[in-house]
This record gives sequence, structure tokens and C-alpha cells, in this order.
Amino acid sequence: MDALIQEFFNVPIMVRVAPMILRGLTETLLLCVILVPIGALGGLGTMLLATSANRLARGFAVVFIDLFRSFPPLVLLIFVYSGLPFAGVRVSPLLAICVAFFLNASSYYGEIYRAGVLSVPHAQIEAGRSTGLTAGQTFLYVTLPQAVRNVLPELLSNTVELVKLTTLASVISAPELLHSADLARSLTYNSSPLVLAALIYLVLLWPVVRVIRRLEHQLAPQ
Amino acid sequence: MSGLDRFVATFLDLEVGLRYGPQILEGLVTTVGIGLAVVATGLACGLALAVLRAFGMRPVNFLLIQIVDILRALPPLVVVLIIYFGLPSVGVVIPSAVVLWLSLSAILAAFSEEVFWAGITSTPTGQWMAARSTGLSFLQTLCYVILPQAVRVAIPPLTNRTIAITKNTALGSAIGVNEILGQATSAEAFSANATPLLIASVLYVLIFIPLVIASHALERRHAVWRR
Repeated sequence: MDALIQEFFNVPIMVRVAPMILRGLTETLLLCVILVPIGALGGLGTMLLATSANRLARGFAVVFIDLFRSFPPLVLLIFVYSGLPFAGVRVSPLLAICVAFFLNASSYYGEIYRAGVLSVPHAQIEAGRSTGLTAGQTFLYVTLPQAVRNVLPELLSNTVELVKLTTLASVISAPELLHSADLARSLTYNSSPLVLAALIYLVLLWPVVRVIRRLEHQLAPQ
Repeated sequence: MSGLDRFVATFLDLEVGLRYGPQILEGLVTTVGIGLAVVATGLACGLALAVLRAFGMRPVNFLLIQIVDILRALPPLVVVLIIYFGLPSVGVVIPSAVVLWLSLSAILAAFSEEVFWAGITSTPTGQWMAARSTGLSFLQTLCYVILPQAVRVAIPPLTNRTIAITKNTALGSAIGVNEILGQATSAEAFSANATPLLIASVLYVLIFIPLVIASHALERRHAVWRR
């Protein structure tokens, strides 16, 4: 028992490495602030293609979504980060992370939005159009708000997944939370820094998971 | 060298591909093996936990929900690293492939417990009453009446999640499991060429795209979007 506490919950070590880990946390938060909006926007674009009247656009969106849903994000990241330099394209870790996770997140968000848009009854669109709204206005003011509401738990849960995905950046040595914790682990020969990082992720994400649980419960068909 | 030649030389070097192909195929076997083990263990444990939750023992359920939420909130790589680096220091030495299998199974169990439980609660109460009034015991009702319906409801949402978690077998490369990505990155380092990475990517897509397409088909068949 004592050995367990020494290895995993060593408070002096946690205190010592805290500044280092907090610097990692700011990088992780920065990554999230970049990735969530571009992923959500990319998803919106993907969804527009996937639900458009143009067959070519729809086909492209389907292939895009399925391709990146079957591509493990870590493989994609390493492909972008260490594959492209061989072809003469130099990418910084940050750019590689943004490109790889933009592709990944766009396909996941796109699929969720698509399901949301399809869940809005067609009569809503007809009603919107018949009151004189243009197609664009109908989409923006009638379809989209209902679509987002219908898939809110899935959207939130995908956002949690995206935040969790930022840990993969540590594999290409981007200085985010997990990377700084792992560095601290190798400096202290102790797993407590990793546990501290896990606790920080819990503080960030546990409340969101709880909210998702509540939302799923509220929206579930009776 | 033109752009196309350069691309071909970087990503489609036949000689490099032939030299490292067998090694990457070995990785394929490992990936598929661990993937199948994770799916089997994770889903079985998830179903077992959902059944446990159906008994309605409050302290047990409270604990269960907390653990499930923690596993849903923690990034998989954090779980993998804590187990991989932590356990040897307290005297438990397990191979890295087992670490990967345990971590991903635990995470899949947490997610699938939630989906199975949603399936169980979505079964109308009338079904319970009818089954109990024919003389079936609680456990018999659960096994023969409720679970078959619950599992059917749970399959479409589960496939997506299962695919997403199984793709994480690639995290094994971070702790030295010789799966596809691990083999490909070491081959890439040896050959100073990106062909192994392209082979690995193609293999992953070949494994997972049939599953993704199958999941679409399942969703369409069971489409019950809330209106």
C-alpha cells in the first residue's frame, strides 16, 4: 500500500513538478482553443457537402468522412508530421497537429451534424421557405438550431474526444500537458506526475461527461 | 526532380516496401489480435457491468457510475502510460501488449456499459411486468426478455464507439508494442523513407473501412433519430 502511494500519489513530487505540468496545461488549453473551433467549422463544411444537392459533393463528403473515420488519429498525425518532411514539406509540430486533427475532427463533427440535419422534419424547411425565408436563411434560422439541439450530447461528447486527442501530440514531442507530465516522470523516476496530469484531465472533462450524461437522459425517447 | 517523382520516391518506393513489408504485416497480425481481444473483453465486461447495474444496488451503482465517468473522461494514452510505467515500480511486470489490451478494454467496457444500460432502460416497463407475471425470475426476465431487446438497440451506437476505441491500438507504438504503426515507424527510421508509413495507413484503412461502412448500414437499418 505504501509502495503504491509512493509511486502514484507522491505529493512532494507532485508539488515539485507542478510548475512544469501547468506550463503543459496552458499548451493543451491553447491546442483546444485552436482545434475545437476549426474542427467544428470543418465539420459544418463537411456536413454542407454531405447534404448538398450535388452528387459529386455528396460522394466526396462520404469518402472523406469514411476515410478519416477509419484512419487512427495517431497514424494520421505521424503521417503528417514525419512523412511529409521526406517529400520536402517541412511542418512544425503545431501545424502537423492542426492539419491531422482538423481532418479527423471534421469527419466526426460532419457526420454528427449530418445526422442532426436529417433529424429535422422536412416540413420545417417547407414551412420556413413558405414564410418567405431564403434557403440559406431557412437553414441558418430553422434547420441548424434544431439540428444542433438534437445532437447536442453527441457534439459535446465528440468535443471531449477531441480534447482527449490532444494527448497524442505528446508522441511527436509537442509540449502539451501529457508530454510535460511524461518528461517529469522520466526526471523523477516516479509515476505521480502522470497521475497529476490524469487528475487535471479529470477536472477538465469529468464535469462535461456528467453534463453529457444528463443531456442524454433528458433527450432520450420516452 | 519533379514533384510527382519526388512523391513516388518518398511514398511509393517499391524496394523499401518489399524489404519492410513482411515486418509491417507481422504488425498487422498483432494489431488485429489485440483489436479483437479488446472488442471481446471490452464488450463482455460492459454488458456484465450493465447487468450488474440492473440489480439496482445503490452503493454499487454509485461506484460503478463514478468509475465509468472517470474512464470516459481520461484520455486513453494517459491510462496506457500510467499502467505501463507505474505497475513495474510496484512490482507488477506485464508485457506492453497486455497493458494496451487492459487499458483499451477497460475504456471500451466503460463506454459500452453506458450504451447497454441505455438499451436496458429503453425497454418498456410493460415487458418487465409481463415477463415477471408469467413466472420468470428477475434474472430470467433480464436474460431472456430484456437483454435481447436491449442489445439490439445498443448495437448501432456501439459500433461507432467500438471502432474509435479499437483504432487506439495504434497507441501501442508509444509503449513499444510491435503493432502496425510501431513496425512502420521503426521501418521508416531505418529506411529514411515514408513508404512504410503509407503501407501502414493503407492497412489501417483496409481494416477499418469495412467496419465503418457496416456501421452506416446498421445505423440506417435501426435509424431511430429522435424527432
